[in-house]
Amino acid sequence: MATEYTPSEMMAAVAARELKDGEVVFVGIGLPNLACNLARATHAPNLVLIYESGAVGAVPERLPVSIGDPALVTGSLMVAPMTDIFQYFLQNGRIQVGFLGGAQLDRWGNINTTVVGPYEKPKVRLPGSGGASEIAVHAKRMLVVMKLGKRAFPADVDFITSPGMRCKGKSRKELGLPGSGPVKVVTDRCILEPNAEGELELTALYPGFTVEQVQAEVGWPLKVRAPLGTVAGPTAAEVRLLREKLDPQKLFLKG
Amino acid sequence: MSGKVMTMKEAVASFVADGSTVVIEGFTHLICFAAGHEIIRQGRRNLTLARLTPDLVYDQLIGAGCAKKLIYSWAGNPGVGSLHSFRRALEGGGGLETEEYSHFGMVARFQAGASGLPFATLRNYAGTDLPRVNPNIKTVTCPYTGEVLATVPALRPDVTIVHAQRADKNGNAQIWGLMGVQKEAAFASKHVVVVVEELVEESLIRSDPNRTLIPAPIVSAVVVEPYGAHPSYSQGYYDRDNDFYVAWEAVSKDPAALKKYLDEYVYGVPDRAAYMKKNAGLAERLKAKPLMCAGVNYGY
Repeated sequence: MATEYTPSEMMAAVAARELKDGEVVFVGIGLPNLACNLARATHAPNLVLIYESGAVGAVPERLPVSIGDPALVTGSLMVAPMTDIFQYFLQNGRIQVGFLGGAQLDRWGNINTTVVGPYEKPKVRLPGSGGASEIAVHAKRMLVVMKLGKRAFPADVDFITSPGMRCKGKSRKELGLPGSGPVKVVTDRCILEPNAEGELELTALYPGFTVEQVQAEVGWPLKVRAPLGTVAGPTAAEVRLLREKLDPQKLFLKG
Repeated sequence: MSGKVMTMKEAVASFVADGSTVVIEGFTHLICFAAGHEIIRQGRRNLTLARLTPDLVYDQLIGAGCAKKLIYSWAGNPGVGSLHSFRRALEGGGGLETEEYSHFGMVARFQAGASGLPFATLRNYAGTDLPRVNPNIKTVTCPYTGEVLATVPALRPDVTIVHAQRADKNGNAQIWGLMGVQKEAAFASKHVVVVVEELVEESLIRSDPNRTLIPAPIVSAVVVEPYGAHPSYSQGYYDRDNDFYVAWEAVSKDPAALKKYLDEYVYGVPDRAAYMKKNAGLAERLKAKPLMCAGVNYGY
């Protein structure tokens, strides 16, 4: 019998499968954190989790509510000052995988976490970059975890906080950005990946969803890669770990 | 008591002037709310506040009318939502000046300030809209490789207030757990105020010198205020008060609720000891479990 699961659980499980054992991952709070800890509890026990707050090789025994939770320090391999995290680890190419999300993501994978509307007189003021823009510049393999939605996936973001595959016509190479940019976008219905030009296209559907249902939530005419892939749902063991061990209070597994 | 030890009231009166650039650092960990509250009580105005994450402490200072300008890189309530005093001051043009970077940009600004250099270089911002809205983000061409790199100006605060687990009376301060940019911010500053959970003997500091993050020669004042970082935390002393952060959403959203909070917990108490007395049960609820490290041999 197929395992029942929620969209958030699917996203965490799909993102977890992207991680290989032994990799060094720059982790954010929320679903990326759940994905990393799920991978650590299943196929990637030697994953090295780095948080921008300075914890390296963190093994959080409780779900961190903030990026600077004390549980990230207890039992970690190293606590580094933030200068070291950004310069020696991230800028110096020591981070294999970076995770990002945001309020808006566009067809070139640019991410906005700064403002909706004009910067000078914003409709909604969002938190800003934090460490996101440097993760987008430097991570060797950058993954995005975001729920689909017309407003969240416009053709062009209102503000480029974190660079994608192409910014205002310029490629990453032309801009001198060393990292990969968003090579995979894990959503609640499908996976998007950039084509050779850097435009995000639909590459795989989750069980039960159609191309039309994905297009309805995306603000640009979505190209569909052939052959279109499928993604298996989470296993019973993955769902159990997420619900019982990793986020029992459903802080981040809402919906 | 001798050395540089003084009360929070004296330290703020001496080192935080109207119109000055003030940094209360600490990345999630060791954010000195006690200092923020005293600045509010003393009615400071036109401050330029700098911090990576304004957090609740600057949301309170902005809400209390102390700030003219905010320099920052991520303004949210971590894991909860928004800083509503900050958002009110911006959405619809509330008059708060801002200067916005990424975390790395802020880290680099403090590092340049701490190093006595006019600016720092970093590889970032190409393709983003940040330089468009912040003219202080510029570029420089590397004289060795020809690569175009981003630059940010040094940040030299008038005063940095750092919370630490312990210090001696001269200000040799020891921190463990997340270190954020405390050291860089302190070395970049004209004055440094160290606020501690515990005042200890110099001999204890000398028994473990690798743990000293901020040395006495750069420290102007030492303030002893246990639980001074609440609702932030102090590793080994007390946990982060996540419930407070969650509750702040409703408080900061409603200007009347914010005023009531400030009246009761900031203006309504003279210092941290009185604040803790008012928050009965708080210390017991958040007290850290003992988890001692192995210790090392400094002998030779």
